[in-house]
Amino acid sequence: MTLAVGQKATDFTLPDTEGREHSLPEGRPAVVVFTCNHCPYALAWHDRIAQAARDYPDVRFFAINPNDAERYPADSFDAMRERVERDGGWPLPYLHDESQEVARAYGARTTPHVFVLDAEGTARYAGAPDADYRDEGQQASWLREALDAVLAGEEPARAETEPVGCSVKWRS
Amino acid sequence: MRVELLWWEGCPSYPEAIAEVRDLMREEGLDPDALELREVETDEDAAAERFPGSPTIRVDGEDIVPPGGEEPHSLTCRVYRLRDGRYSPTPDPADVRAALRTAKETT
Repeated sequence: MTLAVGQKATDFTLPDTEGREHSLPEGRPAVVVFTCNHCPYALAWHDRIAQAARDYPDVRFFAINPNDAERYPADSFDAMRERVERDGGWPLPYLHDESQEVARAYGARTTPHVFVLDAEGTARYAGAPDADYRDEGQQASWLREALDAVLAGEEPARAETEPVGCSVKWRS
Repeated sequence: MRVELLWWEGCPSYPEAIAEVRDLMREEGLDPDALELREVETDEDAAAERFPGSPTIRVDGEDIVPPGGEEPHSLTCRVYRLRDGRYSPTPDPADVRAALRTAKETT
């Protein structure tokens, strides 16, 4: 199953690295980013996504790690906790999708894979944070453009882009 | 001199890495067609090759950026640090060039 732009997103309840549970907000836009610890693309884009989370305080951001931690120990819940602690905290909760059900419901393909949801929970953008993981100056511009449109009550001009990154590591 | 690039198709960085290594070999006066490409397809292959992730570049059998050894050998994307500290799915070209030059000098 894949969450297509224009479709309502499936809600979830997932724990963050502090043990608190999170779900989609009611009546507020949200950004769901499937990401992880071990992927260089996810790491390269992380600071840009975190900065966007700081810059849009009226939007709820969620980072979700769906990877199979058995085969990829760097993506274990403990490793997620250690990373957030080492960073001195994140401006968005880092959630563990141990069952991988949320990633499957959204059709997450890569880390990172970004979904922008409007206040009704409808997907308005899906894809990469911006055009180039190498260029920090891009500042997650595709994500920001989509958010600006959603907050203005408009359709994003760019509704879908090709996600770029490591494949989601599904359990076999 | 033997230059090998080990790659896994699940990580999208290998075409960029192959192009970069070939460009650097050309710039260093080496035959870019001599680059040996080896696909790593299974966890068993990864263990046998002591493959720390894709792409892995070896010059005369030595990894140009020796891995830390904390992660298991598996089918994964490899995390590199560029010389300015940024994360990258491919090594810093300066590290590749340095490995090629060192091997040239000792050959």
